[in-house]
Amino acid sequence: MAGTGLKLEQIPGERLLGAVAALLAEKGITSPAEIAQQIAATDAAAPAQGARMIAKAWTDADYRAALLADGTRAAEMLGIPMRGAPPLGVLEDTEDLHHLVVCTLCSCYPRAVLGYPPFWYKSAAYRARAVRDPRGLLAEWGTMLAPGIRLRVVDSTADYRWMVLPLRPAASEGWSEQQLASLVRETDMIGVTLPGHSAA
Amino acid sequence: MSGPKEARRLPPGSLVRVRDDWPELRGKAHVRTPHYLRGRRGRVVRYLGDFKNPEELAFARPAALLPLYHVSFEQPAIWHEGDAGDELLVEVYGSWLEPA
Amino acid sequence: MNLDAPRAHHDLGGAGKYLCQGIDRTAHALTDFDKEVDGLRQVLGAKGLMTVDELRRGIEAIPEADYHRLSYYQRWIRSIASILLEKGVITEAELAAALERTP
Repeated sequence: MAGTGLKLEQIPGERLLGAVAALLAEKGITSPAEIAQQIAATDAAAPAQGARMIAKAWTDADYRAALLADGTRAAEMLGIPMRGAPPLGVLEDTEDLHHLVVCTLCSCYPRAVLGYPPFWYKSAAYRARAVRDPRGLLAEWGTMLAPGIRLRVVDSTADYRWMVLPLRPAASEGWSEQQLASLVRETDMIGVTLPGHSAA
Repeated sequence: MSGPKEARRLPPGSLVRVRDDWPELRGKAHVRTPHYLRGRRGRVVRYLGDFKNPEELAFARPAALLPLYHVSFEQPAIWHEGDAGDELLVEVYGSWLEPA
Repeated sequence: MNLDAPRAHHDLGGAGKYLCQGIDRTAHALTDFDKEVDGLRQVLGAKGLMTVDELRRGIEAIPEADYHRLSYYQRWIRSIASILLEKGVITEAELAAALERTP
């Protein structure tokens, strides 16, 4: 860091945040209220939103088609705020194809729908293994794909954010949309688990 | 809507090669094409739209719109291990692709 | 053979040293610090002061040892401060003075 000798690397993160936030507030660039408002908006997003989208796609063929054609619009149809969010892409699992989502370069994640990414999704081990040892990685969650099922690993490198539309579990025949939504987990929408199968 | 840009667009199924280029070795760079794809052959699955070049945005420089494609790569071929039929599907900007 | 070519240290796809590492699947709740940094970044983005591309570039510039030692959001605040200084949104003198006032 050229100049007065300010060495950012020697400043603990908490102190740096305090100083930067205070400085930006003093200069009228940001305010604590704005930041608090942003935090509240981000907190409002959670996997339950994605689960509602999945459950509706499982029970409504028109919505399923809309979801696969334009994930952003499909989210908005369910009242999920997507303004300013990156485009949402939805990956359709089939009887012989399963998807797994990763961001090897950083931690890109469909935050507007699912909320903050889980700790493990951002870890070096996940980012390294997902593209090279995806089946070993799924085994960490006790997930075993049936013989003959191909695996497609989607590396989120650019402008889209991706989530999986998994297969509806066979045993869920007759379930209501609400019941279906309650069984869809965050891990199902990233692809490390399959709905209806217990994680290890 | 048809014009020169649309005419240059890679159709689904196009066989492509990711340029074996390493800008990060030549100085400060921000590259969104993962190292494991450089020089690899793949197949365009679909065109995802035009987006500003992140390599320029990262340095607050004027950024041209680039076509973005979803490109599929055979996973075992990249690592010399893995299950036949498994693939990697990665967003790659048109500036990184050449015909295979 | 590009698997031998040097990769940037954030470019982790297939990186050998992590292939034998298990996954920590426990839930790590975000701290107030984490959420503040995240919120700050989004506000700066919404105001056109810093893009996600600049944030990433700033994180990638963190030296390798620090990159892996720092927590996720500690990397973010380091990048945010660095980019804001680089762009002149804040100056070193201003930041130094603010640090003096910050415990």
